Amino acid sequence: MFHIYCPHCCEYREEEEFHASGQAHIPRPLDPDACTDKEWGEFMYFRANPRGIHHELWVHGAGCRKYFNITRNTHTYEILEVYKVGEKPSVVANEAK
Amino acid sequence: MTQELSKQSNRLQDGGRIDRSKPLTFTYNGKQYKGFEGDTLASALLANGVDIVGRSFKYSRPRGIVAAGAEEPNAIMQIGSTEATQIPNVRATQQSLYNGLVASTTNGWPNVDNDLMSWVGKVGGKMMPPGFYYKTFMYPKSMWETYESYIRKAAGLGRAPKENDPDIYDKMNQHCDVLIVGAGPAGLMAALTAARAGARVIIADEQNEFGGSLLSTTEALNGKPAAEWVAEVVEELSGFDDVLMLPNSQVNGYHDHNFLTIQQHCTDQFADRAPNGQIAQRLHRVRAKWVILATGAHERPLVYGNNDLPGCMVANAVSTYINRYGVAPGKDLVLMTSNDNAYRTALDWHDAGRNVVAIVDSRKNPQGTFVEAARERGISILVSSGVIEAHGSKRVTDVSIAPLNEVGDAIVGSVVKMAADTVATSGGWSPVIHLSCHTGARPVWNDDIVGFTPGVTVQKQLTAGAINGAFSTVQVLDEGLSAACDALAHLGLSKPDVVLPEADVIEEGKAMALFHIPHTKPTSKAPKQFVDYQNDVTAAGIELACREGFESIEHVKRYTAMGFGTDQGKLGNINGMAIAAKMLKQTIPETGTTIFRPNYTPVTFGAIAGRDCGELFDPKRYTAMHAWHVERGAKFEDVGQWKRAWYYPQGNETMQEALDRECLATRNSVGILDASTLGKIDIQGKDAREFLGRVYSNAWAKLAVGKCRYGLMCGEDGMVFDDGVTSCLAENHFLMTTTSGGAARVLSWLEIYHQTEWPELEVYFNSVTDHWSTMTISGPNSRKLLEKLTDYDVSKDNMAFMDWKPMTVAGVPARVFRISFTGELSFEINVQANYGLHVWKELFEKGAEFDLTPYGTETMHILRAEKGFIIAGQDTDGSVHPFDLGMSWAVSMQKPFSFIGKRGMQREDCVRENRKQLVGLKTLDPKAVLPEGAQGVLDPKAPIPMPMVGHVTSSYWSANLNRSVAMGFVKGGLDKMGEKVYYPLADGRVIEAEICSPVFLDPKGERQNV
Repeated sequence: MFHIYCPHCCEYREEEEFHASGQAHIPRPLDPDACTDKEWGEFMYFRANPRGIHHELWVHGAGCRKYFNITRNTHTYEILEVYKVGEKPSVVANEAK
Repeated sequence: MTQELSKQSNRLQDGGRIDRSKPLTFTYNGKQYKGFEGDTLASALLANGVDIVGRSFKYSRPRGIVAAGAEEPNAIMQIGSTEATQIPNVRATQQSLYNGLVASTTNGWPNVDNDLMSWVGKVGGKMMPPGFYYKTFMYPKSMWETYESYIRKAAGLGRAPKENDPDIYDKMNQHCDVLIVGAGPAGLMAALTAARAGARVIIADEQNEFGGSLLSTTEALNGKPAAEWVAEVVEELSGFDDVLMLPNSQVNGYHDHNFLTIQQHCTDQFADRAPNGQIAQRLHRVRAKWVILATGAHERPLVYGNNDLPGCMVANAVSTYINRYGVAPGKDLVLMTSNDNAYRTALDWHDAGRNVVAIVDSRKNPQGTFVEAARERGISILVSSGVIEAHGSKRVTDVSIAPLNEVGDAIVGSVVKMAADTVATSGGWSPVIHLSCHTGARPVWNDDIVGFTPGVTVQKQLTAGAINGAFSTVQVLDEGLSAACDALAHLGLSKPDVVLPEADVIEEGKAMALFHIPHTKPTSKAPKQFVDYQNDVTAAGIELACREGFESIEHVKRYTAMGFGTDQGKLGNINGMAIAAKMLKQTIPETGTTIFRPNYTPVTFGAIAGRDCGELFDPKRYTAMHAWHVERGAKFEDVGQWKRAWYYPQGNETMQEALDRECLATRNSVGILDASTLGKIDIQGKDAREFLGRVYSNAWAKLAVGKCRYGLMCGEDGMVFDDGVTSCLAENHFLMTTTSGGAARVLSWLEIYHQTEWPELEVYFNSVTDHWSTMTISGPNSRKLLEKLTDYDVSKDNMAFMDWKPMTVAGVPARVFRISFTGELSFEINVQANYGLHVWKELFEKGAEFDLTPYGTETMHILRAEKGFIIAGQDTDGSVHPFDLGMSWAVSMQKPFSFIGKRGMQREDCVRENRKQLVGLKTLDPKAVLPEGAQGVLDPKAPIPMPMVGHVTSSYWSANLNRSVAMGFVKGGLDKMGEKVYYPLADGRVIEAEICSPVFLDPKGERQNV
């Protein structure tokens, strides 16, 4: 069970208070009507499933009800940072190969 | 006392930590025995000379106790004196003895001493090779369930109680600086250090008292028996307010972010039932800043022929029974070892006045403190030798011993047979690394100790003592101290004043890596050599698995069942890996290891459930009028967590009779529904209106204050997921209603869009579901009834359909909405929840002259179905968009903002021809009521599988129309009005229906507009 720091409440709380809401940084296209079916399908259904660094949207459902982002290692389950919606992660996967 | 002792044939006259002045009576397999306070069930059974404690899993071979702790594979008991207090699969080695304890073996039929299934084992291994079940019982597939019940019975797992457990189980959340797992020398030393530094400490140990190996050692600390040092430390620790000591407590799981679960046996170690007001077991949920694993090591038995005969034991377990429990489990001992350490068992046996037949050492030239001590006592030592086979039927009677070559894999001389009733073996020690693996760390092989030690972890975890392969008491104590100092440094606490106790200096010679003793016959033909006792896995079985092509140890494990179940490979895993590695001609680390998972030992369901059972399993939600419904004899149905009145039977009415009466009364006069459970979300802010336009499919820009509007809510895929009426309370203030079950989901839907997509909109959401009581009066007399309770003008001219007005009802401020889910003239009266029951009762007071009839959710469903109104979640299933529902009137494609669902419902698949569409279904036989879920076909004579065109979603008997009404999906249904669709049912009937408009009653909507 994760121990999660809520950046709005500024406290560590148990995972039971939170709810995962999928991958972070999937913005709704600003002009949906201009999207092709393929583009709309990508937005709705396609998500990354990395082994390692992943950015996730969580909500403090049983607390302040606010959403925020978590950078988490999906292999070790370490939470590397939390940051508010609209902010950029400081820990990112090394894309270079 | 002497009388008690004389009955216990293997009990020693003195020594051990049992209290001979406190005899306890217990029952095992229906027979009474005596033991002493301080015994475990296992030590008491051994004291009484009970050899057979179970029959093996697959071959039904007789099995005895082989170990003294959590690693015991055979002595798995069913405990409990009554049906309700049954606990299955308890290890006798972990169960403290108490007066009146009732235990029985979990397998063996008709009993363990004479087992009919044992022919399977006697016929030989060829009958049941690994994969036997897969290979034999898979065909025919339809018979598997029949086979399974017999296999399960034969497998001898314990049984669950048939009655409710009367005891209370509990959970407790804990936080600490340091959690120490294991209270042996390393754990105690660490706890003492951390406690003196002022840290918040929890120390847990599975045993009934702290001390671990120090409770059964003959070594001294500070020149005194080690147990005295233990007592001093325990006393000091109990003086600290911030130290929580948990004996009888198994740390069973190590989860992410240093979250650990501890199962504490509170009273079940002392009594069958917890004394009144006490807790049987408690699950501690611990969030620890640092964890010190001081879990010790399990001694590995050696693998040889018939090594599962009762009387074959792990060397250290024999010492523990002698030194801690005052029990010598036999007369004549043969000890086989590959190391010095196990010599202690021969010394203990000898010092207990029993006969050591021989020490059989696989090494050529053993030397060291214990070896010399054995020589001094005149014990015969056979070097470069091994026990290759034990003989006997229900207990060892003889052993065969043969000289071995230098590496121990071949016999190099003639076999001698010696009489003995006990064989103790040691192949070295396996660190107990289970907890360190729970969060995914891979263990690391260590050649020096011939075993795995904990691997690199991301947890805030330290390890100390035998878990690291440090086996001497001096080393173990030192590791405990330094692990604590490391933890203190991380915590920013300074190191306190502590001195290590002085331990005996013991010199030990080098151990030999030995696992599987060769036999004169090849492994496949030799007597069975067991690796995993609990799952009946033999050396031959592992070799066969390798020959059949299994190369990964994970696959060998799954094929042979090695390390499965409650055992988790505590005794057998390393031996099994070594045998597989040898077969595959590679090293043990190359062969790899399996990963241990929680839980370390079985946990009772009681401990997991705690108090979250019965009434407390899930919250129940009641409306303010609930008591009235109960008094009126309502039947209830669950809607989410809500208890909603379903219908109100009178006298001997059947359900259908009650529904008919409620439906007719509502349409002919007035009915009332408790609609308080509808989700209500208060929405405020200057952008509230804009927000509504984005989340609903229809238009909201022009909804005036005082007006209500029905809306459909869709996902980004365009599919309907909720609906409801939203009312404009003020220019920047709206009240949204949702389905009863969808309220929480809708609120988080609104929140996520606001917070992540459109934070620039100024809008606020708050759930007000519980703040309001909602009662819907519906029917031609509803206005007359309302007029009796308010002075407000509720005439058609002042309060039109889809208006809401603030007014006083029954003396209480109310919001009244003129909206209708029945198609009748209808008013939804909302009052502050505390006034709900008052207003409800007033309505009945004044409603008597109109025969005001309460109706429940079932009548609500019928009345709305007569009108073709959908219920989101019943007539929708996440795959239908508003056009599929024939509700294009609720979609505004012209809105400037591309609302949620707009793009989705225009995808290629959403606009194609022949989608399933919601239509009315009029059965040709008006009395026939279609079953909901029935699949329709266009040609009932088509060959099977018939092409199906859609299912019935809502179907009822309508008393008002004196016929059935139904809605359902039909492919292309909106263009098939008047055509026939057929519903072939499981009972052979085929119901014929005509596709029609779903509005069966009052198609022009005149009744609600009066």
